[in-house]
Amino acid sequence: MTAQQAPLADAAMPQPLLALEDVTKTFPGVVALDGVRLELHAGEVTALVGENGAGKSTLVKVLTGIYQPDGGRILLDGRPVAFRTAHHAAAAGITAIHQETVLFDDLTVAENIFIGHAPRTRFGLIDIGAMQARARELLDGIGARIDPAARLRDLGIASKHLVAIARALSIDARVVIMDEPTAALSHKEIAELYELVEQLKAQGKAILFISHKFDEVFRISDRFTVFRDGQFIAEGRTADVTEDDLVRLMVGRAVDQIFPKRPAAIGDPILTVAGYSHPTEFEDIGFSLRRGEILGFYGLVGAGRSEVMQALFGITRPAKGAVRIDGKVRVIRSPAEAIAQGIVYVPEDRGSQGAIIGLPIFQNVTLPSLARTSRHGFLRLAREFALTREYTGRLDLRAAALDQDVGTLSGGNQQKVVIAKWLATRPKVIILDEPTKGIDIGSKAAVHAFMSELAGQGLSVIMVSSEIPEVLGMSDRVIVMREGRIVAELEGEELTPETLVRHAAGISEAAG
Amino acid sequence: MLTRFLKSREAILTGVLLALLALIAIRAPEFVAPGNLANVLNDSAPLIILALGQMAVIVTRCIDLSVAANLALCGMVAAMLNAALPGVPIIAILLLVVVLGAALGSINGLLVWKLDIPPIVVTLGTMTIFRGVIFLISKGQWVNAHEMSAVFKAFPRAQILGLPVLTWCAILTAGAFLLLISRTPLGRAFFATGGNPRAAVYAGINTGRTQFAAFTLSGALAGLTGYLWVSRYAVAYVDIASGFELDVVAACVIGGVSIAGGIGSVGGAVLGALFLGTIKNALPVVNISPFWQMAISGSAILIAVAFNARANRRQGRVILKSAEHAA
Repeated sequence: MTAQQAPLADAAMPQPLLALEDVTKTFPGVVALDGVRLELHAGEVTALVGENGAGKSTLVKVLTGIYQPDGGRILLDGRPVAFRTAHHAAAAGITAIHQETVLFDDLTVAENIFIGHAPRTRFGLIDIGAMQARARELLDGIGARIDPAARLRDLGIASKHLVAIARALSIDARVVIMDEPTAALSHKEIAELYELVEQLKAQGKAILFISHKFDEVFRISDRFTVFRDGQFIAEGRTADVTEDDLVRLMVGRAVDQIFPKRPAAIGDPILTVAGYSHPTEFEDIGFSLRRGEILGFYGLVGAGRSEVMQALFGITRPAKGAVRIDGKVRVIRSPAEAIAQGIVYVPEDRGSQGAIIGLPIFQNVTLPSLARTSRHGFLRLAREFALTREYTGRLDLRAAALDQDVGTLSGGNQQKVVIAKWLATRPKVIILDEPTKGIDIGSKAAVHAFMSELAGQGLSVIMVSSEIPEVLGMSDRVIVMREGRIVAELEGEELTPETLVRHAAGISEAAG
Repeated sequence: MLTRFLKSREAILTGVLLALLALIAIRAPEFVAPGNLANVLNDSAPLIILALGQMAVIVTRCIDLSVAANLALCGMVAAMLNAALPGVPIIAILLLVVVLGAALGSINGLLVWKLDIPPIVVTLGTMTIFRGVIFLISKGQWVNAHEMSAVFKAFPRAQILGLPVLTWCAILTAGAFLLLISRTPLGRAFFATGGNPRAAVYAGINTGRTQFAAFTLSGALAGLTGYLWVSRYAVAYVDIASGFELDVVAACVIGGVSIAGGIGSVGGAVLGALFLGTIKNALPVVNISPFWQMAISGSAILIAVAFNARANRRQGRVILKSAEHAA
């Protein structure tokens, strides 16, 4: 690992085209980028590697003017610059192909490529002929056979992605950022993308390539930079390192957070899933969950973990497969049926999927439990308040009154309302999707302690998480998913950061 | 409790309504005599009933523009039935119009629920279709007062405890809605569906079925109002209550029902309808041209919406700001 110590060993290196020095970006309660550095050189591909949450996407947003850094400098050709808006960054020749394509379904391909900077006629109107001609040039340039006049809605995902790439190249870019560019592409299209990258290199552009896939990183990059938890860890020449070195740099940390996981008495299987498949999202999922167990689901973003959970909860319908609860086969067709069977799902985005702003606290809490708080079709307010008091009390909710609008509570207290809502259904199985995503360290510890307590009471927990320390610290057992399939089930000694990353990224054992 | 009421939208509306009555009383003291106020209430009764149904629909993030056409169709069916078979008892006619109205409303609901068509498009379509059906069944003919039986015409005017049946219908509807909204799982589901549809789905609520229920309810009330309308004015023709759906939506908006869904109250919808009803009745009395009425109602809507937008902006803050960083 000489690479780590010798970032600038190459004295002959010319001045980088774009350099970040000591860039910091904080959000309330979270340091997303903590004094990071990064260099991009003309005619070279730099791979940025790091786990989910390492700060890669934040970095892209800082480079493209969407976020303003709180500290540090961005140097373009050695001169400090500031990108106050996305427009500034584009004018400076920085363009990005984003992870999720941001395009307009009802506009044509050419309009999508040139939106915001369409060629104009003498009278200031959009020159449709010129726009289509240039769009065709750009598309031909990347080997995409797409009609510039076609409506975007009529294209497949992969074609849309190529349009996004053409859009990124439509400004005269010097720096091209590719954020997981191959996620939606087939093998053939990936090969074409590699060719495109070679072309861009030959044209002297600096490329920042962000990917979870190690084979791509080694196939295409000249240099690498590793981030971890928002910090710069290492950089160097890709040729000088092995996959193993990179994995170690990515995850290599002492598990320094203290996890309040208590050993729980694990009982009989309560939920058994077999042969669970969905036409597009997942295939042949099988696992069992035992009483009092915390079962971790690890994988990269898009591995299909949330999709499996949504099917279990009745939001989507799987094509085939069987679910047994307490040994009996159950068919779950709607969330209401799942709740009745004792399965609840706390979704990832608790902002938009959790509390109902405008309803009072008690109505939020009792919403999934109305069958129990009503008699002869009428709600019993006394029961509703009793139920609310019981569960919000346990969670130490700070509120003036239980009939106050949930929107008047702080974010942390709103989360407590959401958790109380689910506990009040008295579930057997609670599925937590990224339970600590985007919350500060203190709140994380509280959530972890709470999970441990639930398991101690005999509740079974499925925890979908992309944070390795959390997965390792909290789970009794971990299932790793990749591309819609379960690729590993790990327990005890097998649970190491390296094995998780290896299975999730699909690196063969032989490589180690 | 009292301080919270005083800050509520209902309190503000009540204040505005009282101020309006005071203003009118300066120029026409006879307007605020109890007998006349009872007349104003009676005149506003159809609007109150329809506004309540519309409130349920709007709270679930939909809109029902077909209410007035539904009303006219059910009214025409009731009038034609009475003209053809004068012996059919009123209770049977009431039952018929409520069921027919509910069925027409459920068509809207089904199209929104099962085919996912935007409510405004669905109800614009059914509004036109319903009017067309009236023309087809009546062949464009009127059903006039002399063709209707005396009992048919007397029902909405019959006095119970000093108030006409029409007024009682509005009062009972409002009472039933209070119960529905505050004490039933369906009422709760209306607000959850409109307030945060995704969260409602995760809480086990079938949001599509909830919207269907709201449309059916609105339709049933439109059917009921159809009979009351036709019998009160003793005439039925294709264009009765034409354009009334806008008054209904206006009453809701003035009453603080949020077009974005999830916010609304029985008191608000009733007060909104009373506000419009008062203006409509008072303007001729104080010698203001009825054309001003539209301008005044329109201004009231804009003021109410601006007020709502301000109130909502305070609430609509990001809950987990830090969540958006997560890479």
